[in-house]
Amino acid sequence: MKLDAKIPSGPIEEAWSKACFDMKLVNPANKRKHSIIVVGSGLAGGSAAASLGELGYNVKCFCFQDTPRRAHSIAAQGGINAAKNYPNDGESVFRLFYDTVKGGDFRAREANVYRLAQNSTKIIDQCVAQGVPFAREYGGSLANRSFGGAQVSRTFYARGQTGQQLLLGAYQALERQIRAGTVKMIAKTEMLDLIVIDGQARGIVTRHLVTGKYSIHIADAVILATGGYGNVFYLSTNAKGSNASAIWRAHKRGALFANPCFTQIHPTCIPVSGDYQSKLTLMSESLRNDGRIWVPKKKGDARPPNQIPEDERDYYLERRYPSFGNLVPRDVASRNAKTLCDEGYGVGKSGLGVYLDFSESINRLGEKVIRERYGNLFDMYQRITDEDPYKVPMRIFPAVHYVMGGLWVDYELQSTIPGLFVLGEANFSDHGANRLGASALMQGLSDGYFIIPNTIGNYLATHKFAKVEDSHPAVQQAVTEVKSRIDTLLSIKGKRTVDSFHRELGKILWDYCGMARTAEGLTLAIQKIRTLREEYWKNVTVPGSGDDLNESLEKAGRVADFFELAELMCIDALHRNESCGGHFREEYQTPDGEAQRDDEHFSYVAAWGYTGPGAAPELTKEPLEFHYVHPSQRSYK
Amino acid sequence: MKVTLKIWRQKNSSDKGQFVKYPVDNVDAEMSILECLDVLNESLILRGEIPVAFEHDCREGICGSCGFVINGIPHGPERATTACQLTMRHFKDGEEITLEPWRAKAFPPVKDLVVNRRALDHIIEAGGYISVATGQAPEANGIPVGKVIADQSMDAAACIGCGACVAACPNAAAALFTGAKITHLGVLPQGEPERDRRALAMVAQMNVEGFGNCGNIGECSAACPKEISLDVIARMNQDYLCGSIKRRDDLPTPISPDLAEA
Ligand SMILES: Cc1cc2nc3c(=O)[nH]c(=O)nc-3n(C[C@H](O)[C@H](O)[C@H](O)COP(=O)(O)OP(=O)(O)OC[C@H]3O[C@@H](n4cnc5c(N)ncnc54)[C@H](O)[C@@H]3O)c2cc1C
Ligand code: SF4
Ligand code: FES
Repeated sequence: MKLDAKIPSGPIEEAWSKACFDMKLVNPANKRKHSIIVVGSGLAGGSAAASLGELGYNVKCFCFQDTPRRAHSIAAQGGINAAKNYPNDGESVFRLFYDTVKGGDFRAREANVYRLAQNSTKIIDQCVAQGVPFAREYGGSLANRSFGGAQVSRTFYARGQTGQQLLLGAYQALERQIRAGTVKMIAKTEMLDLIVIDGQARGIVTRHLVTGKYSIHIADAVILATGGYGNVFYLSTNAKGSNASAIWRAHKRGALFANPCFTQIHPTCIPVSGDYQSKLTLMSESLRNDGRIWVPKKKGDARPPNQIPEDERDYYLERRYPSFGNLVPRDVASRNAKTLCDEGYGVGKSGLGVYLDFSESINRLGEKVIRERYGNLFDMYQRITDEDPYKVPMRIFPAVHYVMGGLWVDYELQSTIPGLFVLGEANFSDHGANRLGASALMQGLSDGYFIIPNTIGNYLATHKFAKVEDSHPAVQQAVTEVKSRIDTLLSIKGKRTVDSFHRELGKILWDYCGMARTAEGLTLAIQKIRTLREEYWKNVTVPGSGDDLNESLEKAGRVADFFELAELMCIDALHRNESCGGHFREEYQTPDGEAQRDDEHFSYVAAWGYTGPGAAPELTKEPLEFHYVHPSQRSYK
Repeated sequence: MKVTLKIWRQKNSSDKGQFVKYPVDNVDAEMSILECLDVLNESLILRGEIPVAFEHDCREGICGSCGFVINGIPHGPERATTACQLTMRHFKDGEEITLEPWRAKAFPPVKDLVVNRRALDHIIEAGGYISVATGQAPEANGIPVGKVIADQSMDAAACIGCGACVAACPNAAAALFTGAKITHLGVLPQGEPERDRRALAMVAQMNVEGFGNCGNIGECSAACPKEISLDVIARMNQDYLCGSIKRRDDLPTPISPDLAEA
């Protein structure tokens, strides 16, 4: 297969407007005759469904929560980037573009990233007009702060609840369209398969999570905005319901999966405290603006942090990266914490933690200022750990947070299945091998508000849509497969719970496909995953029936997909014989332990095709070309 | 530590339901009460019993999914804390802890601790937004918004839509939830043009959904995990009153309060 990314020719600054001009338009009177399915109501899906409804399309939007307002985007804390340059500190569209390409360790598509930086400013305008209460200065103008990996202040925020406020903006726009009758919202419903007819995506099969009812939904185009799959690791900062099922089923129906192994491990999360632990809690990266990260200079130093004198502390990020200090990108910060803990410098009961210390900022700025900036995060920390971060340094450790991998899409956000578009974290995205802080929210909203409304029109205007009956063999086959999978899961009646398998799978991935990877470890991991998957299909137990609310059953289907995805992640990580961004292969590092890219052999997007159960996936490469940002060894020294 | 969970079990909306007691051993003080339920559920599954249904997603106190009444208090005894963030250290070793769902006419039961809260979406659908289509926005710094106003708006916008206020209210009113949205949007210059209509439409919807009348008792705000202040209700009443005088001839019609599953 040859991949055509449809990158417009000509100067990058004009690429998007040129592409928009070249796209065919749908006549306003015809828009309501076109039906569009949007799966997901997060920042990407919610903004897309609302904007498409406003244009007059006939939209159906789905989510698995009881209301679209609870999509996982709600949990984003820190902020959203935009090249507004309000602080007059040297920011520009080009700088945001440059930082994102470099931060992604030169594994993203330049044209996409440039467009993202261009759209960023319009996003802020749109959100303010919707009533998003961003932080303001006393004079009434919008406030900004800097965020990991950036030396300019380009991040807009709403206290520590930026994702919540942006999502409520999109949700309210969506509710307005529901009221207007252009969007039909179908909540508590899970997409379980994609319907592909004559090579085009034409619908989905769903199960209602309360009634257990299966339904067929037919449309002219399908948009997946179902979020990230970090939960494949079991423990992550993602919401419990976040899953890969929608994109995985689409993958099995022909959509290529790009860079599955590119995972982001976030440096500042609350360390694990016990086996019962169900998820990990993020402490926003913005804390690194005022907190200093350190470990004791002496291995295994058990003294309480306040009793360790200044000169016996190692502020290792400031020491190793004097120009970025505590603000190095996430992959660098996480890897350093892991290395030190592996060497025995870690703190806390488990030794898996480093200090994030605010005492200096509190002395300099006063407790009031710190409380104003981070009050809710400090409260959350105290609630969980029972320690007061105003007095004792926080303990933090890296945790799985975000996935840069996802379904492959072209410049128009269309997957390799015509009519199937993928937005937000679910696509392989604009972040290369490492995402900079505060840019996922930006990407989700850019995709949903400003890109898809243009590109989907081009698809609809240039294709024909025959009427599809529910009795169509492809539809019936999809329904039968969905039902039989669920019936199988219910009928195994083995001895282990879904969660126990999920935990074990997550542990394998964390150990071998986490912050540091080796060929040997990955090969072993693939074996372990296969063995565990076999056991799963023989020994899992799912209580209850498929006719009512049954969370164990929902989880069982998701974990079954995680098993297959986990294997592909390891295959991808094993094939990429280089280190880049969050993908760190121990065999490939610079003498001082930084990621060593191999541009000659790996400057491409790895897009994997499904070839059948148990069969080896097929690799297609999309070569990456850099005309504006010259690939160099990333340095934050 | 050990605790006994006394949990409301109800198979579905037509089942009568009853309390069932479950002892849980190996409880760790750092667990959240949801993790305690996870532990119980794992053991129920292995014993071939049906696990307890409860809603949850973010487990960080922000999505608004979780929530049930714990020892008589929505989200439990801790101030400004959702159930998912309530750790077991707030309970005593050996304590019996009662868990039951939100009880309100507008929130029909679904299963065990889960209720249908779609009525809250309907209130937003009726008018809880600023009517600005994608692409219509002026430059973001074009209209200054003073910090005090922005903070006031943000305080109200922090509502997570959990429904605890309704569960806490003896009249099962949704005034705190509705007032929070009316305040969030109404204090901002961007929300001003639709202020009257928004209040009228949202209050009308609140009434047809079967929520009770606000009696100014204040239990809602005390139970609210985001500490939404009673001021939002005063503001709602004020906007409603002004709106009713100014727009007597243009009252919005509520949408159908249909809660049927799709
Ligand atoms: C704790 C945390 C903090 C973060 N902070 C920041 C930050 O400060 N700045 C930043 O830029 N990024 C941040 N991120 C990342 C960012 O929040 C996410 O990448 C982004 O919100 C994803 O948005 P989305 O619309 O793609 O998906 P989501 O918001 O995850 O939405 C997914 C939607 O798909 C639906 N869905 C999923 N599967 C199915 C299915 N099978 N059937 C039907 N519906 C389905 C869900 O119901 C939901 O509506 C953070 C992430 C986390 C975990
Ligand atoms: S006002 Fe408070 S209690 Fe009511 S829904 Fe909002 S957050 Fe929950
Ligand atoms: S689970 Fe999200 S608020 Fe409790």
